Amino acid sequence: MSENVTFHFDVDGENFSSAGEASVLVKKKLRQLGISPEIIRRVSIAMYEGEINMVIHAEGGSADVTVTDKEVAIVLSDRGPGIPDVSLAMQEGYSTARDNIRALGFGAGMGLPNMKKYTDSMEIETKLGVGTTITMKVKLS
Amino acid sequence: MKISRIKDLLGAELFCGEDKLDTEVYSACCSDMMSDVLAFVKDQGVLLTGLVNAQVVRTAEMMDMACIVFVRSKTPSADMIELARESGIVVMKSGYRAYEACGALYSAGLKPVGNN
Ligand SMILES: Nc1ncnc2c1ncn2[C@@H]1O[C@H](COP(=O)(O)OP(=O)(O)OP(=O)(O)O)[C@@H](O)[C@H]1O
Ligand SMILES: [Mg+2]
Repeated sequence: MSENVTFHFDVDGENFSSAGEASVLVKKKLRQLGISPEIIRRVSIAMYEGEINMVIHAEGGSADVTVTDKEVAIVLSDRGPGIPDVSLAMQEGYSTARDNIRALGFGAGMGLPNMKKYTDSMEIETKLGVGTTITMKVKLS
Repeated sequence: MKISRIKDLLGAELFCGEDKLDTEVYSACCSDMMSDVLAFVKDQGVLLTGLVNAQVVRTAEMMDMACIVFVRSKTPSADMIELARESGIVVMKSGYRAYEACGALYSAGLKPVGNN
């Protein structure tokens, strides 16, 4: 691959039933680019968790994926409430999700830890009342 | 274990993936919490769940899972079945409760999804 490939998605925060759509599309595109299934799976799980988080915690946002010959970078950006204590939020099992979210199958407090686990790097920039931007990278080799 | 065997063991009704019943699967997991499912990856898995929404199908797709079994006769919507069909995932429902369905598959030799 000589040139970088980028994808942009607006993630709708109003409509839970579409949550995860962008990640499914990215997975299809990465397959078309001939990236290995193992890498694709790591990228898609991390992005999916982040996409769902934007829907359930931040009323939606945007997702930008860039594929270079070295890595896949995923940037998830929202104008939600922000995360007051990032190290607490990163702990397995920590969740502020209410019962209505748990009834949808989310709110186990596993998303951020999963994102960290499946990517080579993850950075969280967050400001209360302003929003959160999460940048994750997965190396191709 | 072939997916057709799972269908027989669970007395399940098939919604899509008739052409994939011969696919071999090697492990299964059962949860209503999708992030728990997403924490443990293994190839060619089966997802058993009592949760019915589009995110179940998308979770299985993200994990490259081959088959979804809805327990306690939970019925997926037409949209969910279409989503699964597009992703090549077999979808069925069983009258068994989660515990019984897991027990039946486990004792027939289908292993749990391990830590990766
Ligand atoms: N984009 C975000 N904006 C605001 N808060 C967030 C965001 N993402 C995560 N959080 C906060 O961090 C907590 C932990 O997130 P994490 O994804 O690990 O768990 P969860 O979403 O609650 O449950 P799960 O991911 O298992 O479904 C959330 O409960 C929420 O309080
Ligand atoms: Mg989450």
